[in-house]
Amino acid sequence: MVSSVIFFLLAGFAIACAISLVYHKNPLYSAISLIGVFIALAGLYVTLAATFIAVTQILVYAGAIMVLVVFVIMLLNLDEDKPLNRLRHLYVIGAGLGVALLAQTFFIFYAVLKTPKTPAEPDQLAGSPMSIGLAMYTEYLLPVEIVGVMLLMAIIGAVILVRKMEQPEIEALSEDVSDKRIE
Amino acid sequence: MQPSLESYLALSGILFTIGAVGVIYKRNAIGVFMCIELMLNAVNLTFVSFSRYYGDATGQLFVFMVMSVAAAEAAVGLGIIIAFFRNRISVDVDDASILKF
Repeated sequence: MVSSVIFFLLAGFAIACAISLVYHKNPLYSAISLIGVFIALAGLYVTLAATFIAVTQILVYAGAIMVLVVFVIMLLNLDEDKPLNRLRHLYVIGAGLGVALLAQTFFIFYAVLKTPKTPAEPDQLAGSPMSIGLAMYTEYLLPVEIVGVMLLMAIIGAVILVRKMEQPEIEALSEDVSDKRIE
Repeated sequence: MQPSLESYLALSGILFTIGAVGVIYKRNAIGVFMCIELMLNAVNLTFVSFSRYYGDATGQLFVFMVMSVAAAEAAVGLGIIIAFFRNRISVDVDDASILKF
């Protein structure tokens, strides 16, 4: 009973924050709403006995990623979105497509739930850091390595994207290269 | 009494749909980015709830993969937004309609 009440409180908070994320025009309000969604989801992970994931959710999402997003919003000093008049008649079609997507999602979950399932043993807690670490470094070592390479690519890509290089600098670089070729 | 698997999946579906509608509805590039993060989190909730109800840690392991992809996406995506803002003094996705400068 208590866990059901906690679930519905957290679920309602998450949905309210998600709607507020889409509704608000000011990107900073949207960012704060998104932090609310992340915290509600971390609470839901605790109710699912996945405490390690819950802590990581707070650390990585609410900590690192949202700090980066808020930092960029502050840095660019963004205005609110201007009201859009040009495509207003398409809102009805957009709402219809959203409802269709919701129905499709529920149909997929219904089809999944129809398949026979093996009930989990109550004492088998899959959320401990030890079971996750064991799976990560034995059975799923290759995906973990691929994720590591992907993070390295992201670091290099971000530095190259944001680096500011003036046109004369690029020309000077290419002149250096051609000089060396002549020598 | 533990809430059933169905209620977690319903919440996940609702959050995913709100995120997808937001991606279509928002015109601010950072708003679109945040809605994509919301969709990723809805999928994470599905992973964790199935992992709990089948008693298998693999689902929680893949939540880690999704989080790594989200972190890489944050770094590269915000880099693209800043580079775009330098060229156009705007982050409106309508202004990004040409593929060269």
